[in-house]
Amino acid sequence: MATSATVHAHAAPQGFIRKYVFSLDHKVIGIQYISLALVAVFVGMFLSLLMRIHLIWPTAVLPLIGEIKPETYLSLLTMHGTIMVFFVLTTAPQSGFGNYFLPIQIGAPDMAFPVLNMLSFWTTFVAFVVMIAAFFVTGGAPLHGWTGYAPLSALTNTGPGEQLGADLWVISIAIFCVASLMGALNFITTTLDLRAKGMTMMRMPLTCWAWFITAILGLLAFGVLLSAGILLLLDRNLGTSFYVPLVVVNGQVMGHKGGSPLLWQHLFWFFGHPEVYIAILPSMGVASQLLSTFSRKPIFGYRAMVYSIMAIGVLGFVVWGHHMFMSGMSPYSAFAFSIMTMAIGVPSAIKTFNWLGTLHKGRIRFYTPMLFAIGFVSLFVSGGLSGPFLAQPVLDIPLHDTYFVVGHFHLIMGVASIFGIFGATYYWFPKMFGRMMNESLGKLHFWLTFIGTYAIFMPMHYLGMAGHPRRYSQLTEVAYLHNLIPVQTFMTYAAFVTIAAQLIFVINLFWSMFKGPKASDNPWEATTLEWTTVTPPPHDNFGGHTPVVYHGPYEYSVPGAARDYVMQTDPTPVTAH
Amino acid sequence: MGLALLVIIWLITFASTYFFAAKTWWLPHGVSTAAQWIDHQFALTYVLMGIVFLAAQCGLGWLVWRYREGASSEPVEYSHGNTTMEVAWTTLTAILFIGLNLMGSHVWASERFEPAKPGAVPVEVTGMQFAWYFRYPGPDGKFAKTNPKLMDPSAGNEAALGLDTSDPDAKDDVVTGTMYLPVNREVDLTLRAVDVIHSFFVPSLRFKQDAVPGLAIHMHFTPTELGEYEIACAELCGLGHYKMHGMVHVVTQEDFDKWLAAREAEKQ
Repeated sequence: MATSATVHAHAAPQGFIRKYVFSLDHKVIGIQYISLALVAVFVGMFLSLLMRIHLIWPTAVLPLIGEIKPETYLSLLTMHGTIMVFFVLTTAPQSGFGNYFLPIQIGAPDMAFPVLNMLSFWTTFVAFVVMIAAFFVTGGAPLHGWTGYAPLSALTNTGPGEQLGADLWVISIAIFCVASLMGALNFITTTLDLRAKGMTMMRMPLTCWAWFITAILGLLAFGVLLSAGILLLLDRNLGTSFYVPLVVVNGQVMGHKGGSPLLWQHLFWFFGHPEVYIAILPSMGVASQLLSTFSRKPIFGYRAMVYSIMAIGVLGFVVWGHHMFMSGMSPYSAFAFSIMTMAIGVPSAIKTFNWLGTLHKGRIRFYTPMLFAIGFVSLFVSGGLSGPFLAQPVLDIPLHDTYFVVGHFHLIMGVASIFGIFGATYYWFPKMFGRMMNESLGKLHFWLTFIGTYAIFMPMHYLGMAGHPRRYSQLTEVAYLHNLIPVQTFMTYAAFVTIAAQLIFVINLFWSMFKGPKASDNPWEATTLEWTTVTPPPHDNFGGHTPVVYHGPYEYSVPGAARDYVMQTDPTPVTAH
Repeated sequence: MGLALLVIIWLITFASTYFFAAKTWWLPHGVSTAAQWIDHQFALTYVLMGIVFLAAQCGLGWLVWRYREGASSEPVEYSHGNTTMEVAWTTLTAILFIGLNLMGSHVWASERFEPAKPGAVPVEVTGMQFAWYFRYPGPDGKFAKTNPKLMDPSAGNEAALGLDTSDPDAKDDVVTGTMYLPVNREVDLTLRAVDVIHSFFVPSLRFKQDAVPGLAIHMHFTPTELGEYEIACAELCGLGHYKMHGMVHVVTQEDFDKWLAAREAEKQ
């Protein structure tokens, strides 16, 4: 393992371009990914702000934006979903933090394939530019939602935005898939081949396990989405009929026949459900790491945690049909998908139990990263427990495609993942930039975001129970929605406060980068390998030597040890337990 | 900080639970035979998940407060976990989740595995951007052929569906923009869509099913109370998705027959 690490070592670059733009250094590439995600998350958040404003004040004319028409609203929600899922939730926790810290945490000098790594970032960047371009072409951005259900997405005359905008949307996703496949290969190879001496698989931090399994999910899922996207492009532009049967749009008989709209849904969700775990697993890993570190206690049930990640990974591929209970798919298969979906709740519950077990009889230090880890657990529970409702086909009859679903996936896949990303940022910032972030601003950011996100997303469950369908640009046409407008108003105000609170984070981030107090090499008194090297780490991560690992990742409060933590590289034996 | 977390987590938990428990917003009053079974399964799931929710959130709040670092904190328990507890927890969760699922499965089976019984009222529902059309086969009980080339959405009703008037079965086919159903009789529904996917959602009837181009999806339900109920489209179908709504009028058998006869007469 250690020998192959030297094969790919490359000299530190000198010029600005090679050092910061087309860099081969996994740390620079990690920061590039995180920066891209930071830009993307603000674009995505801005789009959601416009949607929230439009729902409450449908006729408002906004400065610079103008009036938001029904089709504009649908473009906003399509682009919000797509940008958040691909360019934030997939990009930041996996490609961003994974790139920076996977090699360091396993004691490697870089990723296995540095050139491929650089290519995968720049390919992702191109995908983002193409996606944003969809706003500026004739007809604007597509209105078919982030799930792009055919035939709405497969024809060019089903609505504004379904012309060039929709083509750009598909092309961007296809490019993103290629980038993700390159990244996944790199992560898997790095984890398997570049671990330092003594770093057995079962001594890897849970973050590394999460990145590793996520990469495998990505490798299997993005290939399918890429193929599905290419078929969609063919249907749209070359007159094929993969997804389109004989249809009549606005009195005009289209030239397609024999295609299956459900085929798209099967292919899309075969990617789409593993994608949910691609977004959440890295944050689960981060939460585990932070809860153990700041409770000064070994993680409860390390092995169970590893097996849960694997079980979630495997089961994640056999539950996609639970998105399709109302689609016209065979009702018998709904039965099977439902059982598998309930089964995937079991490893998720084990993880929650173990997080609570880690806190139990610990000595909890409330630094900002820990607050976000605790918030993550709370949100994971809240978002997770609406899952068993939606996993039952019979309850999908009232709940499917309502705000109940929107509340569910925002809490668990959106906000919980984002809390993992925030936790990771506050935790690793000192290692990345050599300075500490401001704790007071960090705590203020946490409180406003924690309360704010609950205020936005919890009421969505009530709306869903009352039968409020999602993706409605105006609430005036259906009479039973009128009573629900006050709830929507409350959520819009909560969104204003929560979005404003994110500016505190950005200010803290950039202020601390230049003005924060200098960080020591191991400010949190943590045990994993990134804290054994200097801050910030040198080009080859460990300054010319390769670390040797003697312990598991979370040896805190070991009886008889000199300090309340034993680093993974500390040769002192830890007594059996 | 530990106390603040405890207070806020508990407050959020109790506030969220209150609005569920007080049924401030809840499923609308159900008016079909399936409603009581669906609502029962919903309530059961809600109670069980509610207990887990309260236990987990309150436990989290209590743990972070109880084990906060301070001058008087006890030494940390050095432990890597407890296999017995892991196994117990896994088993319990598996029983709870899978059991809950199985308890609801008979409702699903009765709604979706069996076709409508003989004697049910046949109605065809067709979704198109952005309207619902309802077709009744008339006294002959047969739906006539439709022809995509004849579809003219701007003309509405029969013409919108492209009803092929050369088919003798077409004479007594009635197409309307409002759905009428007799109370306490099973409805044999055929769902179609002509352009993109739509979803026929009637919250009060606890009914939802996508209408998919290229498919004729057969469903059934039985309305149990007289009244007018709103239909909302529940699958994104384009810019008019939000206004693709309609009404179901559940009337007595007598009124239904009268209404249908009037529509037949209008057509002649």
